[in-house]
Amino acid sequence: MILTKEQQAILDGEQGETLAKVMKTLVMYGEAFGAEKLVPITSEYNHLVTSFGLKVMSPVYDLMQQLLDADVCSGQKFSVDPRPIDKNVPANFLQNLVFNKFMYTKQDFYEAQLERLGLMNDQAFTCTCYMDQVGNKPKKGDVLSWAESSAVVYANSVLGARCNRNSGIIDIMGSIVGYVPYFGLLTDEGRKATWVVRVCTTKKPEAQLLGSAIGMKVMEDVPYVIGLDQWIGTELNEDACAYLKDFGAATASNGAVGLYHIERLTPEAVEQGSTLIAEDAKEYIIDDAELARVQQNYPVIWKNPEAKPKLCFVGCPHLSLSQLKTWTVQLEEALAKNGKKKVVLPTVFTAAPAVLESFAKTEYAERLKATGVITSYICPLMYMNNPLCKKMPVITSSNKLRTYTSARYYTDGEILSIITGGK
Amino acid sequence: MKRFQGRVITPGEVTAPAVVTKQGFNTLASFQMALQFGDKEVKCGDQSNQELYGKSLLGKALCLPQTIGSTTGGLVLYCACSMKKNPACMLFANPIDSLAAAGAVLADVWVDGVSMPVVDSLGQEFLDYVQDGMSIKVLPDGVVEVE
Repeated sequence: MILTKEQQAILDGEQGETLAKVMKTLVMYGEAFGAEKLVPITSEYNHLVTSFGLKVMSPVYDLMQQLLDADVCSGQKFSVDPRPIDKNVPANFLQNLVFNKFMYTKQDFYEAQLERLGLMNDQAFTCTCYMDQVGNKPKKGDVLSWAESSAVVYANSVLGARCNRNSGIIDIMGSIVGYVPYFGLLTDEGRKATWVVRVCTTKKPEAQLLGSAIGMKVMEDVPYVIGLDQWIGTELNEDACAYLKDFGAATASNGAVGLYHIERLTPEAVEQGSTLIAEDAKEYIIDDAELARVQQNYPVIWKNPEAKPKLCFVGCPHLSLSQLKTWTVQLEEALAKNGKKKVVLPTVFTAAPAVLESFAKTEYAERLKATGVITSYICPLMYMNNPLCKKMPVITSSNKLRTYTSARYYTDGEILSIITGGK
Repeated sequence: MKRFQGRVITPGEVTAPAVVTKQGFNTLASFQMALQFGDKEVKCGDQSNQELYGKSLLGKALCLPQTIGSTTGGLVLYCACSMKKNPACMLFANPIDSLAAAGAVLADVWVDGVSMPVVDSLGQEFLDYVQDGMSIKVLPDGVVEVE
């Protein structure tokens, strides 16, 4: 890798041993992918994936302390993934004991470290930092040092920013030196589509199911999706962005997609069209039968597959303001249709603190509360990491939550029916 | 004995028995329970990986195509190395992925007293040949000897 004089001086230790180690980490990381240079990070804010004070992650907090002690903090403020615990979310005595006494015992300590390292504010805990209410929304062409997979794929695909699928810790190290290695999704060549996906369904495909199918097929490659615009339009409005948020999170967690292009919709596809497709691109056709096949093949890892669900999570990644409003209306209608006043299953809707704050100012907030649904800023994945929660029959419409935990996946429509007591 | 030439990601020399997975290795799911509850054998906790589930990873030559899963993967691997609960080496059939590369580099740069050689691009033939329990020798130039 060829470094500038300034970068080489940092690597040589002229600004201290700790900063030199940070630079060495980034250089070695980049060289593993043939990167020939480092390029400046241009986004206003960073975003970190590690939000949890999990006792077992002590080496991470020790490393953060080394950075703090050496005063090599980032000049960039950052948001961070959601907090792992919230007393509003149902948990029994033993589950709470495990959360508070065994798992997240470092939470307060770690949040104090984050504050010193440059946390935007004490509400900046969400996986959807790009929501307008949160305020960490990169511009087209911005170079980022993010790691949260659902945020990376959204930033690359919907916002047109440039970011690799980095790991936790690498995210903050890039931000500290202000540079990231130039490879993969930062390059024009790395953003070419090596798969063409043709959506040939007879109705609007479920976002999280379509994303899952594509993720499992293309893995870390870049797909160019044709035919989706007929269902979600050609304008990046609130509904389309919410759809793409959920779609992208499923491609990233069920596979390892960091960037997708949607014909006539996402910025690079609008600008460059089919010239984005690599010459030897493979093809994947998705119809109703293919989506049904994908959903039917999800393993059910509950001890008793026939168990009655005890909890439902909606909002992984965190819900948008428009999604909270839409769910409220749909819940009211379904409850009325089924002759019920409240949801028949403890149900948690998760969203960013700033989004929940905005939602609370709307007339929908009281209406949602009246349905019995609980709102929270929690990360459902962190909740399900509790071994005692793993044994619970939890249902979700998140394909990311299904992938990483024992939660069972249903479509949004199926979830609506189950939690409102429908057939 | 068969020799395979790979590319060195983090250097080192080690001899260890193989544990093999032909599917993507989910770093978070594999290490989380063992690290969280102090499992001395560091048994793989990924229920979706039937080749490795319940097998000890500690001190083994972990042979794999690539890692998959959460982007916390790199820091989980870093934690495993810091706590000395890491495999003896990681040997990738494919070019390394960004999460595994991050973990390997973080361990190499930031953890004192731990060496976990990582070699990638060993090829599908390597993964087809190697089996659990075979003796693996990793040389500093990326040569991997299997017997």
